Amino acid sequence: MKRYAGWTLALPATLLVVVFLVIPVLATIWTTFTTPAGPFATYTAFFGSGFRRTVLMRTIQISLATTAIAVVIGFLTAYVVSRSPGWLKSILIVAAVFPLLTGVVVRSFAWLIILGKNGILNSTLLNLGLIGEPMAMLYTPGAVIVAMVYLFVPLMILTLVGVLESIPDDLIQASASLGAKPVATFMQVTLPLAVPGLIVGAVLVFTGSFTSYATPQLLGGEQVMMMGTLMYQQAMVTFDWVAASTIAAVMVVITIAIVLVMTRLARRLNPMAV
Amino acid sequence: MMTRSIHPLLIAGTVLVFIFLVGPLVIVVGSALSDTSYLTFPPQGLSLRWFENIFAIDAFRRTILTSLQTAVLATVIALILGIPAAYALNRHRIQLPGWLSTLFVLPVLVPELVLGFSLLKNVAVQLEAPIYLALLFGHALLVLPYVVRVISASLASFDFSIEEAAISLGSPPLKTFFTILLPNVRSGVIAAFILAFITSINDVSISIFLTGPGLSTLPIQLLAHMEQFFDPTVASVSVLLMGLTVAVMAIVERTLGLTFLAK
Repeated sequence: MKRYAGWTLALPATLLVVVFLVIPVLATIWTTFTTPAGPFATYTAFFGSGFRRTVLMRTIQISLATTAIAVVIGFLTAYVVSRSPGWLKSILIVAAVFPLLTGVVVRSFAWLIILGKNGILNSTLLNLGLIGEPMAMLYTPGAVIVAMVYLFVPLMILTLVGVLESIPDDLIQASASLGAKPVATFMQVTLPLAVPGLIVGAVLVFTGSFTSYATPQLLGGEQVMMMGTLMYQQAMVTFDWVAASTIAAVMVVITIAIVLVMTRLARRLNPMAV
Repeated sequence: MMTRSIHPLLIAGTVLVFIFLVGPLVIVVGSALSDTSYLTFPPQGLSLRWFENIFAIDAFRRTILTSLQTAVLATVIALILGIPAAYALNRHRIQLPGWLSTLFVLPVLVPELVLGFSLLKNVAVQLEAPIYLALLFGHALLVLPYVVRVISASLASFDFSIEEAAISLGSPPLKTFFTILLPNVRSGVIAAFILAFITSINDVSISIFLTGPGLSTLPIQLLAHMEQFFDPTVASVSVLLMGLTVAVMAIVERTLGLTFLAK
């Protein structure tokens, strides 16, 4: 009995994941290889369609842009937060956690109010006389990127505050006492030590953007269709489940490949793990 | 600590980032309080009528209840299955294969949309299982990684020799679990419950495939409402959800301290 205690305890959760995730997801991917037209027909159709290729490329571009902006903003902000005095740090962390715990629909809706044709940004710019007529900001890649950066910056800040705080203070002081200027210390000590955390954060942002649904749906619409919105449309509007499954398979492969490659890279680049 | 100087430009940038983070939510609150029938900010006149409107709309009343029920049930399922799993991963690691802990992270790795679609296609349609069952287990899966991770973290600082002492003194395993182990990881259980609950309540990507006529959750209903009407009702529902977030943060602060969330 004791020999199997571990398995007995872990089995129910294991069954949940296997029965409701592994098997259904593998079954979805399996159906893309078993169409009457042949094992790779759905993929030839996917990559052969100019429209779907455009959606894939657009999704990658928007996700990369979101990740790049979130990494830069998140890192600089986390740097300041981690060096703030205790009370201020608590306030700033609360200000970052609050949006994070607020759902994606609410947060995308906020940008709908701001960027809409009669939205706050347009009416402000009109009142200031900077523009003559309302600009079309919604349903552009820019709107999707702004809202996604908004979604993911708190995650980046929190991840990096943790990383930056775990850098031993002795190292910074040693660098300074050996004569390094603050900028040199930052570039040669702080930044390299933060690289693994930056990679982990970037992976979270990229995969989150790459597979998102609500934000591109609300702020991008038909014009800025991304992989997630295309998959939903194929599955629930045109009821082409084979095409939707193909998109699902492509999303799974790209997501898992990025996670595996980047976490390996993060481990290799970790200067503390020598 | 503050003696190390930070460039003023960096501080100015940080101020802007936090305005960027909080500003949009302030705008949502302002819009919800407006007494106009269209969305506007700053509000023209103050009114709570859009809050009353939430409960006047049948679809919102129903989906609020469905969302609360699903979040509680999914979280409880994830706790009941996840706590023993986290315990086994810590206490009986040598008996278990290395891939098992990866398995419990899979719900985070596999895109939620793919999970939702697969549950619809292979569980709800293929097996003709009730759609609510698929929704519920989808949410339980979604929150399982949080439970396993948070409970594992609190077990890492638990001294298992206390448990062995209780067992060697004749305490039966179940009693040991409830009187020794559980009280020691109580804050972890609370944290896991809160994170799981808030994740489930806000979920769109799994739920979007597992809802339809007759069954919907609040975020999905919000999306549908937004596509048809652009009135302050959505803003006032958003404010309700933010109120929930405030309540959650208050509980976290009292039990664990908010810095917990930055770990």
